[in-house]
Formats: sequence, C-alpha cells, structure tokens
Amino acid sequence: MAARFGRGMGDAWKRYLFHFANDHFDFKLAELKSLATTVGCKLRVQEENYDKECPFLELQLQSEEDGKLLMQRSTLGRSLYELVAEGRTFAELCDNLQKLPESQRTVSCNESFRIQVEGFNKRLNQAAKVERIEALLESSLKFDGKVNLKQPDHSFHLLEYYGHEGTRPPDQPYWLYFGRWVADGQREKIRQFHLQKRHFIGNTRSLLVACAHHGAYVMGTDIDYMLLHAKARPSRHNQKRREKDESIRANLRQYGLESQYLDVLVADASQHTLWRSQPMFDAIITDPPYGIREPTLKIGTDNPKASIPDDCKDNHHPQRLRYHLSDIFRDLLNFAARFLKMNGRLVYWLPVYRPDYSEANIPQHPCLQMVANCEQTLNTTISRRLITMEKIAEHQEQLSKEGATVEVDHYEDKSFRERYFRANRTIIAEQEAANNS
Amino acid sequence: MKLLTHNMLTSNIIKGVTKGFPLGIQPSRVEVQEVDFNPDFITRILPKLDWPALRQAATEVGHGDGLPEALPESVDGDEGLQKMLHNILLQVEVLEGELVCPETGRKFPIQNGIPNMLLNETEVS
Repeated sequence: MAARFGRGMGDAWKRYLFHFANDHFDFKLAELKSLATTVGCKLRVQEENYDKECPFLELQLQSEEDGKLLMQRSTLGRSLYELVAEGRTFAELCDNLQKLPESQRTVSCNESFRIQVEGFNKRLNQAAKVERIEALLESSLKFDGKVNLKQPDHSFHLLEYYGHEGTRPPDQPYWLYFGRWVADGQREKIRQFHLQKRHFIGNTRSLLVACAHHGAYVMGTDIDYMLLHAKARPSRHNQKRREKDESIRANLRQYGLESQYLDVLVADASQHTLWRSQPMFDAIITDPPYGIREPTLKIGTDNPKASIPDDCKDNHHPQRLRYHLSDIFRDLLNFAARFLKMNGRLVYWLPVYRPDYSEANIPQHPCLQMVANCEQTLNTTISRRLITMEKIAEHQEQLSKEGATVEVDHYEDKSFRERYFRANRTIIAEQEAANNS
Repeated sequence: MKLLTHNMLTSNIIKGVTKGFPLGIQPSRVEVQEVDFNPDFITRILPKLDWPALRQAATEVGHGDGLPEALPESVDGDEGLQKMLHNILLQVEVLEGELVCPETGRKFPIQNGIPNMLLNETEVS
C-alpha cells in the first residue's frame, strides 16, 4: 500500500519545515534561495516573519523531490520535514492534528514508523518525551504500523522551540511543530573537507576544493610562486616544510576531483590584460588578501626610471607594491564585469570594522547586482561579509568607463588596517593558544 | 598547463604590447593525462574558444594531427570530434617549456605544469 505521506500532488504547493543548523545566521536564507535557483525549484518563504536566530523556517515547495534536491546541496540545512501540523501549545498542536483528514495522520499496519521529540534551547528528559509521544498517539494519530526505531518507513518529529539559544527557556515552548522527515542536509561535508585532513592549506586555494566538489572546473591564480610550487612556508602549525605533493592538484586528487582541475598560474591578479577579452567564467570566487597572513601586493615600482641589469634578469624577483584594499575590490569588480558570463556570479569576502560599516561601503559596478550580503562576526568590532554579485548587463567599455565605484570608502581611513588587524591578531593569537593547549 | 588555459592567456600585460595573442609554445615536456570525459562541458566551452589559436597550439605541442581547419557550428552527436576536443583541451599538458609573446619574444617559463606570468616591475604597463 502506498504511503499516505509525501504523495506528490502535481504542482500544488505543500508546507515543509526547514531545520537549520544553529550556525552562520546571516547565511541561512541566502544559501536556501541560492540553492533553489541552482537546482531549479520553486520556493515560497514568508520573509516578513523571518527570525534568523530561530532554526526553524516554514516554507512551501511543489514536490518532495525538490526538497531532496535542496538538501543534497545544503550545508546549513540540518533536516527537512513535511510539516504536518503546528501549534503554540501542545494542546493546540493536537487540536490541529485532529482537524486534519484522517488520511493525513495515518500510518497503515504494514508500514513502520518512529516518533522523535526534540527541544531547541531546552533539553527534554526521556520521561517528558515518552509522555508526549503517548499523548500524540492516543489523541491525534492513527498509527497502526509497527514501531521501528532504527529503519522506519516513516520518521516523525515533534520539534519544540524554546527561544534563541542562550536565552532563558520558558516552561512551555513558544511553538511546536510536527513533521515527517524528508531528508538531511550535507553537514557531514564540513567534516569531510576539514582543514586538518587536507594535504595543502592555502586560504583562497581551499575554495577551489568546494567548487570542484560541486562539479565546477576550477582555475586559479596566485602571485606567490613559492606557494603554488609548494615551496612556501607551511600554514600548518608545527610543520617545517611543505610536503612535495602539497599542491592544489594533489589536494583535488585526494578527494577524487582531479578531473575538475584545469590550471593554476603564477600571475598578478591586478593585471586584467593577461586574459583574452572573452567572458569565460561562470563564477569568480575569492578571498582577497587582506594582509593578515598574506601581504597585499602587486607588481610595480614607484621609480619610473628603474631598470634591471641584463645579467640579473633571469633570477630577478619582481618588486611588489602595496596594493590598497579599496583598489583590490574595485579591480575585482571590474574583472568580474569583463570576464564573467551573463548571470555569472562573483563571490568575495569583505573585511569590516563594524562600528564604521554601512551599505555604502560595498563596491558597485553598473554590470553587477548584489544578490546577498552575509555577515560572519569575528568579534564585537570586526567581521567579514560574504558579498555575492550577479552579472546583469554585458560589459561595454563606453558605458562602464567609470567601472567599479565605492560610495563611502571603508578603508580610506589609515587607521582601518590598524584597528582591524589588531583585533584580528588577538583572535588568531587566542586560537593558536587554544590549539596548543 | 592545459591548452584550454593557453587559449585564454595573452601577453598584453607587457608595457606597449597589444597583440599578445596567441602565445607561442616551446614545449620541452608534454604529457597526456586522463581526465573524465564530459561532453556537456565541451559543448558549452566551444563558443568561447579561439579555434585558430587552439589548432596552432595543438600543433606546437605535437597533437595537431587530424584537427579540422574550421570548427563546425555544433559538435552535438559527433562523439569522435568531441573526444578529440576533450583530448587537446583537457588531457594534453605542457609540463615544462616556455610561452612566447608573439610581439616581443618575451618568454614565460612553464615549470611543473604551472606557467609563470609574472613580469618584472619595469615591464608592467
């Protein structure tokens, strides 16, 4: 007999409950929306009532398949449930369940099930859980099947919300949800790609692994010859030298992703004429150097008459100039406008000194539209924002003569670096102390 | 360095150079390394390629035999041609050698498969 739950209803909208991991609040909705576009599913979310610190979000999808596709890509989504009923109190929840047609709260005798109870921001003891399960079965559910705790045909969850994490939980929950489990997200991937397991560690370069995992062909540049050739000083603590196979390619090979590797180049990313004028890239993803570990540099000289004697040319290490942060971002946007395909995306981290930040600090370009701006706080005064922009107009030299602009330069004040990096050094020092202990 | 990458690179970064494409290749070690065949990728990348430059590059590294003079508008369904493109774009790799600026003759070394496109501070535009 076919399952009564989860039966496709054509294109009708159906209610689901998205259970987020309690992490990266600012990124949750952005990830969900972006994934809906990626997997091509329609999604309805009530944004007016969205509380980013609440791990539960009600949404509507047109099929369970869409939900599974979303969860196959979601790193911030813990689980997805088909929302059967909800309520402000347990009594109201039971009431709402009873109002449903019997077919929507039935498990037939030849199917197995289990019910799990979980409180957010409050630990529920076993007795309380059993009490609720029994009350549900008695009053509201027609579950005739057998209980199977390990591999049930249907897994039901009663989720009780007791407020934001860290707040004092009330005696009774603010809200209760009853849902049927549909799929889990990809939290496991975080462990799989954990830094400590990786052969090669390089900040920007690590991004390539995640992209390749999702099927992208990856290509990157770095100004540091020594790093790309695995001769740079290691980033890993207590390691004297980089291993010989510590390359980006070896890194991808480690995850069985070598076929996604195109190339890396030793190059100065500020020199856009390195590339043939042809929009090529679907996405440009970067963590520009902010001078915390890597100094921000480009090739050049302040001396207009500088020359290098012929006999030194072969082994000459080019002189590098300090590269102002605002210029990095302007260059990056100009590069993206030129070389992204239409609707391609630019994603980068913007370091922010929080007391001075405003949206006017975000660089703009006539060809690029901002899609998301998600803050990851590092401490009370500094954070970094992940900015996502989409190319919405073809690049034309005439039209975008001015190119990227910034309304208010967040980095103009010389003390920005000082304040930002002082705060950040403290964090790094604390992390290192914690790692060593 | 794969020939797909070569197809995107210029030496217009050098002060005064405007016709820095395509870069010449002087290979000293070339290998063919197996890569999973993905016909969709080949189809999508095709309109972005500069075919004469790719053909020239393939010839310079000794893999130009049998490449058509002009590329048909679509390669859908022609698995033979798709695989040939797959091979020269993604599998043929220049591990050691030099890239040469067509205008000035300035050479860029390729070591360990990684091209070094850095200029000296006196050469940048």
